[in-house]
Amino acid sequence: METIIENELVKELANQHGRSRESLIPILQDLVVQNRFLSKQDMVDVARELDISAADVYGTATFYTFLDTEVRGKYIIRICKTISCAMKGKNDILVTIEDTLKLKLGETSSDRKFSLLEANCIGWCHKAPAMLINDTPYTELTPEKVTEILREYIRK
Amino acid sequence: MSGKFVKRVDLIFEEVECREILGKIMKMDPDDICQEVLDSDLKGRGGAGFPTGMKWRFAFQESDPVKYIVCNADEGEPGTFKDREILDQVPGKVFCGMAIAARAVGAKSGYVYLRGEYKFLIPKLNEQLKNFHQMMDEFNHNFRIQIRLGSGAYICGEESALFESIEGKRGEPRNKPPYPTTSGLFGKPTSINNVETLVHTVMIMKYGASHFKELGTKDSRGSKVFSVSGDTPKSGIFELELGMSVNEFVQEFGDGDTKAVQVGGASGFCVPRKRFEETIIGFEGVPTGGSMKLFNSTRSMYNVLHNYLDFFTEESCGQCTPCRVGCQQLLKGVEAVKRGDKNSKYLDELVKLAKTMKRASKCGLGQSVGNAFGSIVENFKEEIIY
Repeated sequence: METIIENELVKELANQHGRSRESLIPILQDLVVQNRFLSKQDMVDVARELDISAADVYGTATFYTFLDTEVRGKYIIRICKTISCAMKGKNDILVTIEDTLKLKLGETSSDRKFSLLEANCIGWCHKAPAMLINDTPYTELTPEKVTEILREYIRK
Repeated sequence: MSGKFVKRVDLIFEEVECREILGKIMKMDPDDICQEVLDSDLKGRGGAGFPTGMKWRFAFQESDPVKYIVCNADEGEPGTFKDREILDQVPGKVFCGMAIAARAVGAKSGYVYLRGEYKFLIPKLNEQLKNFHQMMDEFNHNFRIQIRLGSGAYICGEESALFESIEGKRGEPRNKPPYPTTSGLFGKPTSINNVETLVHTVMIMKYGASHFKELGTKDSRGSKVFSVSGDTPKSGIFELELGMSVNEFVQEFGDGDTKAVQVGGASGFCVPRKRFEETIIGFEGVPTGGSMKLFNSTRSMYNVLHNYLDFFTEESCGQCTPCRVGCQQLLKGVEAVKRGDKNSKYLDELVKLAKTMKRASKCGLGQSVGNAFGSIVENFKEEIIY
């Protein structure tokens, strides 16, 4: 007989958000808050908890940029690459982050502390260039300012 | 504070006593609320510009006992950031607008769909929502609002994709008809309105339709919150009277060297300097959800176009072929022309493709890629080729 190991977190989130289809995205969002990404096992467990197919959970998750299915770091940096930020020196900011964290765009550090990604317009065009670190926006970035911000996160 | 070339307005961010306004509308007949908004000629402020009063009346006329009000706060259009500011500064007015809409159409349940990029607003919104629900209890009204977060998909700003997302599915737009007022969220009659639109309805209920109509033009009544960015010494959020020309806008916000203004974001139109004078910002000219980007002569319009196409290629939901493949081919096409692998005539082929996408795509995303593409290629051909 197949033994099912209880996934306590998934169970708890299903209890909190409910087990109907409309609960799926809030559950996946909270899993990402906890684990920074959605593991295959978590998606299978969510599917079982909500009584829908695992393919359906995977299909939904992969539609949304913020529902990552790849391993991500504790701090996910998303630097805006859309036109206003691109015009106002986004590339200099990106290079500064890459140099400071010794990380290339798209990578996650080996200690899983940082992931460096790009994002489409995050809604701070008047204070470009801008980025998000997890949910916190940082705006009017300069190489000096971004170095200072990263230093704080490295210390955390 | 008044601009020299444009008229500043302060309605959206004006502090109002929502309790008073709600007290008034709770005693009103729902059909009269629809009529007042209809009389104001208010058109939706998210970009599409559908008459708000008509939308409410369509939903009101549906006999289903379950109806929904949805506030579209999935502000993802490049260059638009006014809804964030409205939600940050006057969240109570947004909820108040939803309550007015709920009263008008007969809904007991509402959703705010907030883009994931604005998650930092949640604590503030939840606190305001608690006050709002207390106020609803005082009025003995059982309208309740839930907040749902997006997860970084631009397409979820499209109304039917947004419903799919709240329902827990991939944010893929539905076929229309049926329209949301007949079959929207969970298949129920739904009025979905932009954040700014809802706040305008609060001010219309406070001051009356005739007050709202004093501003603007016949086709574009009232004021609008603009998100100004790019090559400008005055970037930011400005509420302005509708009906100004691009020229007046550039006089006010330009840096003296403006060569083009992108009105309405990546899905909007590029207006070149030679058309500044004749082009009205509004429904009679170039409509906008608020995004106004200025480009000066140091900017390459190829880079601007490339940036937009890259955006659409990533954000196309991939469901329908004209949009999915069309975006990719437009992007590859302009790159090939730039490299010299294709000659300049190929651009005409690409413009034809963009026109086909307009006709054949399922939703507004694929249908509007051609707006920026056509207007940039037409006016800045040399910059694309050389």
